[in-house]
Amino acid sequence: MTKYYTEEHEWIAVEGKVATLGITDYAQAQLGDVVFVEVPTVGRKVKKGEETAVVESVKAASEVYSPVTGTVVAANDPLANSPITVNEDPEGAGWFCRIEMSDPAELEVLMDEAAYKAFVEGL
Amino acid sequence: MTTPVHGDHDPHHSAAPLKTPLYDAHVALGARMVPFAGYYMPVQYEGILAEHAHCRAAAGLFDVSHMGQATLRGADHATVAGALEKLVPADVLGLEPGRQRYSQLLNERGGILDDLMVHRAPGADGTLGLVVNAACKVADYAHIAARLPGDVLLEIHEERALLALQGPEAVNVLVSLGADVAGWDFMQVGPASLAGIPVFLSRSGYTGEDGFEISVHADTVVGLWQVLLRDPRVKPIGLGARDSLRLEGGLCLYGHDIDETTTPVEAGLLWSIQKRRREEGGFPGADIVRSQIAEGVARKRVGIKPDGRAPARDGTEIVDENGVAIGTVTSGGFGPTVGGPVAMGYVAAVHARPGTRVGLVVRGKALPAEIVSLPFVPARFHRAPK
Repeated sequence: MTKYYTEEHEWIAVEGKVATLGITDYAQAQLGDVVFVEVPTVGRKVKKGEETAVVESVKAASEVYSPVTGTVVAANDPLANSPITVNEDPEGAGWFCRIEMSDPAELEVLMDEAAYKAFVEGL
Repeated sequence: MTTPVHGDHDPHHSAAPLKTPLYDAHVALGARMVPFAGYYMPVQYEGILAEHAHCRAAAGLFDVSHMGQATLRGADHATVAGALEKLVPADVLGLEPGRQRYSQLLNERGGILDDLMVHRAPGADGTLGLVVNAACKVADYAHIAARLPGDVLLEIHEERALLALQGPEAVNVLVSLGADVAGWDFMQVGPASLAGIPVFLSRSGYTGEDGFEISVHADTVVGLWQVLLRDPRVKPIGLGARDSLRLEGGLCLYGHDIDETTTPVEAGLLWSIQKRRREEGGFPGADIVRSQIAEGVARKRVGIKPDGRAPARDGTEIVDENGVAIGTVTSGGFGPTVGGPVAMGYVAAVHARPGTRVGLVVRGKALPAEIVSLPFVPARFHRAPK
C-alpha cells in the first residue's frame, strides 16, 4: 500500500487499482468537531478534482475532492451515524470511499508522506 | 478539501485586527484565534461541542470585550430617555432603575441598524448604559452622536471590558465570589464586587441560559478572568459555541438574522416594542413598523428543523413543496443540544406557520425540513417572583 497526499489535505491509500480516500489529521484538527459526513454512492463515476464527499463541522461545510479519476467501489456509510470518527481516526476508520482508478498516472503529481509533512509545516 | 473557514469572514474590517485585554490569556489557554468584527477573538478552546455542552450544564465564561459599551448622560431620566426614544422603538422612559431592555437602532424604513441592550443603573436619573455589537459600534456611535440633543452626551467606554458567565451554575459562581445576586430577576442590573473587584452586572446573556454579563475595568479584567476560571464549574467558551448556543436559543445575530433591510416586526421582535411606543410612534420608521403591526408583514423570521442530518447554512434557499423559492436561511448549523441541524431564516408569511413543510436547497438538492417555533432549546432565564 502506498499513501499519497494533496495540498487540499486529502489522503489516498493505493493498493493495486483501488484508492481509499480520506482527509488528513491536520485537516480534521482545522475543521474541529465533525457533525455531518456525506459519502458518495457506490457506482458513481468521479473525475480528478471533483467534489466526492462533504464533511461539515459545527462552523462550516467543506468539500472533499477526489485526486483521481475512477469509479466508487465502496463507501463508508457508517460515518453518517458517527461523523466524529473523522476526528478520532481520520487516516483510518474515518475513510470516505474507495475508488477504482482508471488513470493511475494521476498519482504522479501527488505528495508522499514526507513531502506532505513538509508542506503542512510550511503553512 | 476546501480550506475550512473559522469564524465569520470579516469583509468590513480590513485593517489589522485589534486585541482585547484578554488576548494573551486566550492564547495561553490554547484558543484558536480568528479575526472577528475587527478583533482577534477565540473561536474555540477545547472544542465547540464540549464547550457548548459545558455551558448548558454548568457555567461558560466568554470574553465579549469587543462589544461596545457607552453611556448616555443628561440632566435627568426623562431627558436622556427621550433622546434615545428618538432612535429606538423600546419604552425607555418607562425603564425602571436597576433594569435593562433589549432594543434596536432603526433607520427611516424601520430597518435595524444594530440591536442593543439599554440599562438604567439603580438610582440613576440621567444616565443610560448601552451595549452594542462590535462590528457596528463605530457606526452606531456616529449615528447616535449626530442625533442627540445638545444637552445629552455620549460617553464611549473604551476603558471597559465585558465578560459573560452563562449557564445554570453561573449564579452560584458569582454568589461564591461575594455578589449577592441569587434573587436577581432576568434583566436586572447593578454594581457588585467579585473577589474584591468592582463590576457592573446584568442578569442576561446570549445563550438562552440563566447567566450574567459582567462589565469590568480593562485594567482588572485579566485578574477577574483568572479568578472565575479557578472555579471548577467554569470553563472558557469561544465564539463557535457562542453561535451554536444563541442559534438554539432562537436569538438573532446582527448582520445575519437582522440587518438594515429587516424590521423588528418581520424579525419577530415585536415583544421588544412596548405598548406605548406602538401607540405613539416617534421612532425612525414608525409609520412602516406600525402599519406592519396593523396589517401584517410579507415575510417572517422562523425556526427551521431539517428532517435529516445535513446542516443548512446561512444563504441556503428555502423552497415550498412545489420547489418554488419562498425564502432564505439566515443562520444555520448543527445544534449540539438538539443533536441535529437547526436553522433560522425568513419565509413568505403564508409559509411561516409551525408545521409547514419546506425544502432547503443544499448542494443542489431540496432537503425536507419543517417550520418550527423558536427557540429550539427552551430558555432558562431566571424570573424572580413578583
